[in-house]
Amino acid sequence: MSGPVRDLTVDSVTGIDVSLPVAGPGARAYAFLLDWHIRLIVALAWFVVGALLYNGRPSLAPPLSNDARWFGTVVAPALAIYFLYHCVLELAMRGSTPGKRMAGVRLVARDGGSPSAGALLTRNVFRLVDSLPLCYGVGLISVVLTRDHLRIGDMAAGTLLVFERAEARLPGSATAPAPGAGHLDAAGAEIVAELLERWSTLNPQARQRLARQVLERYGGGESAASGGDPDAAWRAELERLASSR
Amino acid sequence: MDGAARQRALTASLLQRAGLWREADARTRRLSSGRSDDAADATHLADDYRLLAHDLARARTLLPDSRTREYLEAAYARAHATLHRGAWHIGSELLTLFRDEIPAVVRSLRPYIIWSTTIFALAALAGYALVHRYPELIALFASPDLIATVERGKLWTEGLLNIVPSSVLSVQILSRNISVSLFAYCAGFLFGLGTLYILGLNGLMLGAVFAFVSRHGLAGPLASFIVAHGCVELSVLCLSGAAGAAVGEALVRPTHAGRIESFRIAALRSGKLLIACVALLIGCGLIEGYVSPNPGVALWARLGVGVGYWLFMLALLSGRLFGRRAARLR
Repeated sequence: MSGPVRDLTVDSVTGIDVSLPVAGPGARAYAFLLDWHIRLIVALAWFVVGALLYNGRPSLAPPLSNDARWFGTVVAPALAIYFLYHCVLELAMRGSTPGKRMAGVRLVARDGGSPSAGALLTRNVFRLVDSLPLCYGVGLISVVLTRDHLRIGDMAAGTLLVFERAEARLPGSATAPAPGAGHLDAAGAEIVAELLERWSTLNPQARQRLARQVLERYGGGESAASGGDPDAAWRAELERLASSR
Repeated sequence: MDGAARQRALTASLLQRAGLWREADARTRRLSSGRSDDAADATHLADDYRLLAHDLARARTLLPDSRTREYLEAAYARAHATLHRGAWHIGSELLTLFRDEIPAVVRSLRPYIIWSTTIFALAALAGYALVHRYPELIALFASPDLIATVERGKLWTEGLLNIVPSSVLSVQILSRNISVSLFAYCAGFLFGLGTLYILGLNGLMLGAVFAFVSRHGLAGPLASFIVAHGCVELSVLCLSGAAGAAVGEALVRPTHAGRIESFRIAALRSGKLLIACVALLIGCGLIEGYVSPNPGVALWARLGVGVGYWLFMLALLSGRLFGRRAARLR
């Protein structure tokens, strides 16, 4: 059943898995409605402009007899825009559409990558099933009932809709280091913390040598070299370095 | 140094790398949107990916519920998708699809094709026998207009082009045929029963209509009308049915980890055949709009078109149309 946002977890060669929040029925419906309005408006616009140009006067009336030019230039393109919108745009935009983009969601394969052309076509063919009996009834029930909020087309194609998180921003406190500040980088901070944790287990010569090497690299240690109790002084210098930000 | 101080120090040093994340994410966005073809950006991507992975791992521990973590998750996911995105050459993808993948699907679906063709043929024979024996049953399969026209000794296809232009007729026919074909495939989702129903119903209708027109001496003209487009059209219906049956069997008898996984694999594999089916049905629609209803086209020409197009279909489905044999030899 529908619940809190679930993540699709994808293994990575780095050993750090990729986490993609799965879009639920609400986000799906929102994206669909946006797309539905876009395709309806574009298809209607085509029909209206085409009919006006065809008639040569402000009238949308079709010709009295079947006319191939009317059908080919006004009706068929409008129908094609409406019915092929998802299929063509998902292929062209590799799993996205204008509505999905506005809703902040996109289609991915189960491995987190872009779906293949075959998967996108299969997904769209199964709209025939998902749209039954009307208003995407089967698709909606399936989205609500399945763990990853999948409609039948997604099950067939191995795709799912995830949040894009394109708007994720860093907080103001996360700033770039000032040039020449000489502060610890993440690796250095970890080395210093490790060294301090293991301080009591190391012999004095070894820990003082290590402390000197670290402090030479990241700056400081002058006072430790000239202090009375070198062991305590090196430790104090390391602690000062660790808390220098 | 206590744990909190250590955590503060690590967090501070992590946050100092924000500039690197922004640069990495900007490069990823440029590459993923196609706005950059800079080789330096592309070569940087692998380093950026490692950098983001490394820092994300730290952020997950140090700042689990922070915007920094959220940002890193998003940037890392984008870098992952960009790095693992395959090349997108639609021309070579289509060539591979038609030359290698579709023939492989046809080979793997061979038993289903035989079965769906058999079911369709049996249903057609049953429809023929039924209406031949009980002519009044044609009302179950055909519209009153069609029945009245045939009873007047005429085919409903006569003078069709006087009512509807060929182009309109083609589009109407091909869109109807494509939707029937796609439905035959999708209906496999109902454990194959939907596909069986569509194949059976279409077979029954074909047989019934033939039996009915035969009783009025119109079987010859109807065969003449159908021969140009029908060979491929009916074959495509059986192919779609075979694809749907494969999907249905994957649900009835799962071969992989679970039903849904089996369904996904079967649907993705057999769905490729539908692309060929749609392409063939576009051709059928054009033939049915321009050639079949045209009384000026002689029977031998219709036969030539029908047989030629059917051979074309065989060449397409075997991959020979795209040099499959030549590719093998190389």
